[in-house]
Amino acid sequence: MTTTAISQAHILDLRVRNHPGVMSHVTGLFARRAFNLEAILCVPIAGGDESRMLLLVHGTPKLEQIERQLAKLHDVLSVRQRPDLPPDYFERLGGTEK
Amino acid sequence: MAKKTYTGATLLTTLLERQGIRDLPGIPGGAILPFYDALHTSPIRHILARHEQGAGFIAHGMARVTGRAAACVATSGPGATNLLTAIADARLDSIPLVAITGQVPQSLIGTDAFQEVDTYGLSVPITKHNYLVRDVRDLLTVIPEAFTIAESGRPGPVLIDIPKDVQNAAIEIDDDELPAPGGCRPVPPAPDADIDALARMIASAQRPLIYLGGGIITSGASELAHELARRIAAPAVSTLNALGAIPAGSPHLMGMLGMHGTRATHTLLDECDLLLAIGARFDDRATGKADEFCPHAAIAHIDIDRAEFGKIKRPSLSIEADAADVLGRLLPRLQQNTSRAWLDRATALRDAHPLRHPPREAAPLHPVNLCRFLAETLPSDTIMTTDVGQHQMWVAQAYPFRAPRTLLTSGGLGTMGFGLPAAIGAAFAAPDRRIACVTGDGSLLMNIQELAVLADFNLPVAIIIFNNANLGLVRQQQELFYGRRYEASIFETTPDFAALARAFGIRGHSIAADSADPLAEIAGALALPGPCVINIPITSDEKVFPMVPPGAANRQSIEQATPAAA
Ligand SMILES: Cc1ncc(C[n+]2csc(CCOP(=O)(O)OP(=O)(O)O)c2C)c(N)n1
Repeated sequence: MTTTAISQAHILDLRVRNHPGVMSHVTGLFARRAFNLEAILCVPIAGGDESRMLLLVHGTPKLEQIERQLAKLHDVLSVRQRPDLPPDYFERLGGTEK
Repeated sequence: MAKKTYTGATLLTTLLERQGIRDLPGIPGGAILPFYDALHTSPIRHILARHEQGAGFIAHGMARVTGRAAACVATSGPGATNLLTAIADARLDSIPLVAITGQVPQSLIGTDAFQEVDTYGLSVPITKHNYLVRDVRDLLTVIPEAFTIAESGRPGPVLIDIPKDVQNAAIEIDDDELPAPGGCRPVPPAPDADIDALARMIASAQRPLIYLGGGIITSGASELAHELARRIAAPAVSTLNALGAIPAGSPHLMGMLGMHGTRATHTLLDECDLLLAIGARFDDRATGKADEFCPHAAIAHIDIDRAEFGKIKRPSLSIEADAADVLGRLLPRLQQNTSRAWLDRATALRDAHPLRHPPREAAPLHPVNLCRFLAETLPSDTIMTTDVGQHQMWVAQAYPFRAPRTLLTSGGLGTMGFGLPAAIGAAFAAPDRRIACVTGDGSLLMNIQELAVLADFNLPVAIIIFNNANLGLVRQQQELFYGRRYEASIFETTPDFAALARAFGIRGHSIAADSADPLAEIAGALALPGPCVINIPITSDEKVFPMVPPGAANRQSIEQATPAAA
């Protein structure tokens, strides 16, 4: 990942219903609407009934569109930006190999 | 209370009955047979389509006439894939549809079993929501929820994929465990402050223009929109799917905007200082080149779907709410505008740029004349469906729609093959009305098999073919933009459609090109009861004008074929 991408990156935090189809709804939305999705992290919460998804998206003029389209998905319970997370959050999770 | 034993299949019919489903188009097959067996003793009337896409569009016809969710059924594999086009069409035109598909038993899912496709995966991008039901008990929540999602907010299609073992599974439930039916849930009212702001914007505008979208019809706000136009003395332009919201003939309606709109609508969009977009989504066929759409106007955008705000054009004011709610509360805040200058300007423009067409006496079968003649001949409450192509645009331009839900057309997806099955669905939903389908010789063949359903039920549907022996709209583009290289747009042969109708057991009429009085013949054919097909020859090089070249700004519209263009 290039440094410019990191500097323009935004992290979206989604709370979703946890079931087998929800990941394809979220990733499918990015593919269908030609939004860029750089990285994705998904962990079960609320005893497994829900998941939290963190999405790394390019700083794009479409960010508001992305949030609104995501919010329309039935299984997406909330969408918010996470400016508090460091820009290299995902890179660190990915380990040291470049 | 005593427990009752259901199977997934009988539970499904019970829940559909409770949803008010009376007519259910579909086609059976192995993976959905338990459900069909349950239908055998259900009061639901199954309508046996002849292709699942036909079943899907029959459901469209019902939903588009009533505004309520309609359902359709198919088996797994090819049954499900055949439904996809109708589902995608419902997505783009915001039509409430619940599609039910059989799936192979769960033990076989993932094994490439006979007639297994990933229906869930295929339908993700074209549904508002979709389900793969893994447990029979889930039907109790999924079915009402599917109807609620389909009808609430911005309507759309929902797909429910049900494996065969789920249909066969037994479940014991109390009758009071049966869920309440799902349905349209109201959205929160718009904040008063937004409506005040809108009223102020309107009061300070000199040249407001109302841009009517299909959402007005969905929300039942047609009369309110007309009242708004009167109150502020504003002209209105309509998208294809909003035709009928403000009745043709109203002094406020300036016609359809966009690719086949008139010069008057383009000029008004260029001149307006406030665009009131209501239930409209700034579709490229309406806006032309979006950067040059209404360049001098502030935009107030009212829509039930907030993702539409700023998707194409950035509004100065956006109100996320139901159009009827907003307009109903806006009107009391508005003074009657007594200045007629802007409306007079609009009227003058409209009158200066009528549709160009030869007089009826000279060319009775010119498509514009035909549309006007049909309007005079058919009952005024006729429901019109169209297919896709030139004939669709001529109908949109020239047929005077006077009430909402009298035009059913595939606007967003533009699906050839829509017209006949949608007309059948309309006939089921509105049994006392006349239904007419204006189609092309290309489109009709895409779902011609549904003539069998017309014959089965003897429905009052008149199919009127504008037969140019061409894929007319393709040919038109090739003539105007591809140097008249007519690749694959001219049919080598065309069937005898009247004979084809008779082969299905339906009245067929062929109007001769040299008939002494073709309009009288057409009127005669329309006067007889029951279904019929009327084949009308039109000239093959007739074009839909005006036309904005794809990608151009609306003001660059071509008014007629010039030798240079030709
Ligand atoms: C299913 C489908 N395939 C292809 C097209 C592309 N297309 C748009 S209009 C058209 C020609 C339609 O011909 P016809 O139904 O005869 O109507 P006409 O334009 O001649 O009035 C075609 C092929 C389409 N809209 N839908």
